[in-house]
Amino acid sequence: MTETPVTTAAPSPETLMPGVAVPDTRAGYSGVIVPADRLLDFARALRDQHGYDYLSSVTGVDYFPENNLEVVYHVYSTSGGPGLVFKTQLPRADPVAPSLFSIYPGVEFQEREAWDLLGIRFAGHPDLRRILMWEGFAGHPLRKDWHEAYFEEEGKPFKNRWPEGNVYRIEDKVPFEDNLTYPPDFDPESWTPETDAALYAGLAKVENPGGHRGASPDRSGGDGHAIDTDQLVINLGPQHPSTHGVFRVVLSLDGETIVDLKPVMGYLHRNHEKIGERNTFLMNMPFTDRLDYFCSMGNNFGYALAVEKLMNIKPPERAEYIRVIMAELTRIVNHLATIGFLLNDLGAFFTPIIYAFGERELILDVFEAVSGSRMMCNYFRFGGLARDLPPGVLDTIRELVTDRLPRRIDEIDAYLTNNEIVRTRSIGVGVLTRDRAIALSAAGPVLRASGVAYDVRRAEPYGIYERFDFDVVTRTGGDIYDRYLLRLEEMRQSLRILQQAVRDIPEGPIQTGKAQYQVRVPAGESYGRVENPKGELGFYIISTGKPNPWRYHVRAPSFINLTALGEMCRGTKVADVVATLGSIDIVLGEVDR
Amino acid sequence: MYGLGIVRGLGVTLKHFLATYVDDLRWFFERISGGSGGRYYNPEALKARQGTKARGVFTVQYPEEKLPVPEEFRFVPFLIYDTDAAGVQHDRCTSCGICAKVCPPQCIWIVRSNDPASGRPIPEPTEFFIDIDICMNCGLCAEYCPFDAIKMDHDYELASFDRMNHHIFNKERLSKPASYYASIRPRNNAAEEAARAAKEAAKEAAREAKAESA
Repeated sequence: MTETPVTTAAPSPETLMPGVAVPDTRAGYSGVIVPADRLLDFARALRDQHGYDYLSSVTGVDYFPENNLEVVYHVYSTSGGPGLVFKTQLPRADPVAPSLFSIYPGVEFQEREAWDLLGIRFAGHPDLRRILMWEGFAGHPLRKDWHEAYFEEEGKPFKNRWPEGNVYRIEDKVPFEDNLTYPPDFDPESWTPETDAALYAGLAKVENPGGHRGASPDRSGGDGHAIDTDQLVINLGPQHPSTHGVFRVVLSLDGETIVDLKPVMGYLHRNHEKIGERNTFLMNMPFTDRLDYFCSMGNNFGYALAVEKLMNIKPPERAEYIRVIMAELTRIVNHLATIGFLLNDLGAFFTPIIYAFGERELILDVFEAVSGSRMMCNYFRFGGLARDLPPGVLDTIRELVTDRLPRRIDEIDAYLTNNEIVRTRSIGVGVLTRDRAIALSAAGPVLRASGVAYDVRRAEPYGIYERFDFDVVTRTGGDIYDRYLLRLEEMRQSLRILQQAVRDIPEGPIQTGKAQYQVRVPAGESYGRVENPKGELGFYIISTGKPNPWRYHVRAPSFINLTALGEMCRGTKVADVVATLGSIDIVLGEVDR
Repeated sequence: MYGLGIVRGLGVTLKHFLATYVDDLRWFFERISGGSGGRYYNPEALKARQGTKARGVFTVQYPEEKLPVPEEFRFVPFLIYDTDAAGVQHDRCTSCGICAKVCPPQCIWIVRSNDPASGRPIPEPTEFFIDIDICMNCGLCAEYCPFDAIKMDHDYELASFDRMNHHIFNKERLSKPASYYASIRPRNNAAEEAARAAKEAAKEAAREAKAESA
């Protein structure tokens, strides 16, 4: 059931296609720069010859004054070890890069996002449409010369807050009517969403309506008369309780069998990354809470790691232990909620989730006592934590992880695992094979349930995870049931880590140096990633030495895991889409950012 | 046998169902033997129902019952004033602006002014605004205030009928006495008072040493 990934030595950047890949020599930067016309060859060589089979993140950076757009790729090997970052530089006026879709199909949504927010066109992408912004939107908001509606200044803090103190409600100052500018050829009254037509046109067609295909080859019903069916396109959502938020799935059906499926997202989009680039480094910490609001401690962890890498500092011992304790409690909170919601999606209306939420409440009580808030924790700081554990909290955690939670997880196991309805609905449904899971950049439980023992805590340990004894849980079925079982087992492994952590936690300071509200972050780039409960959460940060980050990108696991949704659902029934979506475990705060 | 898993699962549901009655009975007997009065509407019962040993009904009858909030709980900030022996109120705030500069959604506005007689700046702020619609309760202002002048409140019941300018709190609305702070955060307050006393003592000692050497 478990295996330890083998760590392979990474090839040095110089040995990768010399003459094509030039090492990135800018201060604080790493990796190689590849010309756009050789990008496909380079990526193919990376995947096939050097073992970098997993593309973690694709994003762009706008170097506005230099008239330069850069596409940044982070690749890793699923057998573990450090990754490689490669970039390609494009002219800002007409940025066209070859799409890596043919090599790493997992780039599909990420390239669409880079097109949407930065205006980088990916030649050869099968479906390059906007993904987060709305269809009529003009411009690409992450470009540095793009200003938002309530634009005040390039970077916080804003001058009029102090010392001027001109108080006003922004709504009074910028009334909504004057706040919109339409492109010259755009009339909002007569506008119909063309992209919806493009979206429906992009769906795969039923090749032979009424013919024998899909999950039920014999449609005759036994009497020899075939039933003629037509292709039907239906929208599931955006307002649908089983979509876990405001999320829309467009389905193309042959009878009841799904021929193709496309997720539509962005209804909760607030351009987290643009806000992040206006903020100072510290201000981003509470904003990360709002990404995946079930796992705010985990999000804090990832962001703190990325900035600490740039600042080259480490938190003290006690803080490291508290970080691990909080991150693993978060994992239990998340997996409890996921299992509960999955059962909701399967039709077990609210009883399982209420049992799961009861246990979650006790952990949230701990978070509230420690950080001051149940969900928006904002507890991590660069080089440490906001405050030490209040007296008594460690005893509560000890009681929970040694006594109550193990029993309760066993109870959930006894309650659901052998339930025949759960088994019938989930075994063999929503299958993602091992190879496709890697190719589609699936992360976390979705990847591991497909038989890939890839866990960032093991593959590239951060914090003090290398000290703890735990197993990377894997399952081989890749279906909904395996993802459920995997989460159950992962909670037990988290409890193992927690039991070791509460046993070994030392006394001592919780902050390196003095706590500062303005941190000095040296120029450079860094990619901090953690194994969040939903998968690999990465923060790609570029600092220019100023108080605000130049680029702040979030590799959101539930967004990228959705790339595999279509693959999982083709050939299944409509009701299975709901269950499959529940088993992927998405949070719209993170998908839409 | 098909269905056995479902039946076993329903056993768990039954156990949860019965646990509420077992708890009710236990509390009932405690009450007739002179306990504080049943399973609801008293802090002792709340502690047992919400603790790590809790089973049975987990929910709280809000607003009749309110969960006590932990000391670190944070909600919209407030300003602290000290009252001197003569009963005059002094803001701890010196309008240094660190809270306004650290605030992630930029919801703090501080107005400073100069003394008309001497022309020198007055340390206490003339006006202090927080737009509580924008405030995200992150607590960074309280965390980085060097004068312990702005702190996070425990009062989370701020609903009002107006949603416009009413939600921009001014200095009068934000100010609360130091005694209130001491009552909601006794542990933090004691630590801060001790730190301030130590600082004062060190300053005093330095002044005496200076006076002696002069």
